[in-house]
Amino acid sequence: MEPHSFIGIKKEWDIVGARQLGREIARKLGFGTVDQARIATAISEIARNIYLYAEDGKVTFETIEGMNHKGLRIIASDNGPGIDNISQVMEDGYTTSGGLGAGLPGVKRLMDEFDIQSEVGKGTIVTAVKWLR
Amino acid sequence: MRIPILKLGNYLLISIQMELDDKTAIQFQEDLLQRIHETGATGVVVDLTSVDIIDSFIAKVLGEVVSMSDLMGAKVVLTGIQPAVAITLIDLGIHLQNVQTALDLEQGLMKLHQELGE
Ligand SMILES: Nc1ncnc2c1ncn2[C@@H]1O[C@H](COP(=O)(O)OP(=O)(O)O)[C@@H](O)[C@H]1O
Ligand SMILES: [Mg+2]
Repeated sequence: MEPHSFIGIKKEWDIVGARQLGREIARKLGFGTVDQARIATAISEIARNIYLYAEDGKVTFETIEGMNHKGLRIIASDNGPGIDNISQVMEDGYTTSGGLGAGLPGVKRLMDEFDIQSEVGKGTIVTAVKWLR
Repeated sequence: MRIPILKLGNYLLISIQMELDDKTAIQFQEDLLQRIHETGATGVVVDLTSVDIIDSFIAKVLGEVVSMSDLMGAKVVLTGIQPAVAITLIDLGIHLQNVQTALDLEQGLMKLHQELGE
């Protein structure tokens, strides 16, 4: 497995492709079924956000290997419209598309580390890490 | 791709055996409501044993399937939700309130029998 791999998100089916690839990488790294499901679900949420709100972007997977730490970093990046009010989109139930508004706050809970950077008119980068225990 | 819907007496049985992409999920929602309308089914069991991911979109569609079917007079029971899926749903903050669940297809059918007395 390459330490870096990515999948472009353009079509709806790419959401499925991204979460399947992510689950496979997580399984090979040694994550158990529950964490595999958490990782796949988190990827599905951020990939769908790219598809819905930015139309085009990518999800990158990086394996992190420290001294006594191993983990998976997922980076979702797009050049879409960006997010004006980050704290608002991190609230449970906030949606501009009739969704459940559970995506971003959900990803934060599913993963161990979470970061979102966004600039209006430029795009959005969501980074999330899951550590192997 | 379409999810097959089987008829068993007054009930409809669905075992989801394929990857649930958004289109398949929406198509399933439409197909099921159409079949309830055609058959006058009073109960529906949706078995999720083979489903290894339910994200917020699929959860929304499933929740809608339950309330729409209810409006049409059919009770829905979701069965076989995997432990990992139950855990991720809670992490997402999704509680699927008012949704009937059972361990497996057989228990789901028993639940319908008990509730509907048929
Ligand atoms: N990549 C993105 N680019 C622009 N806006 C986004 C992006 N991701 C999320 N958003 C905004 O944040 C809101 C909340 O997202 P989320 O928590 O996933 O809930 P939902 O997708 O159900 O609306 C979205 O409705 C959208 O307005
Ligand atoms: Mg979303």
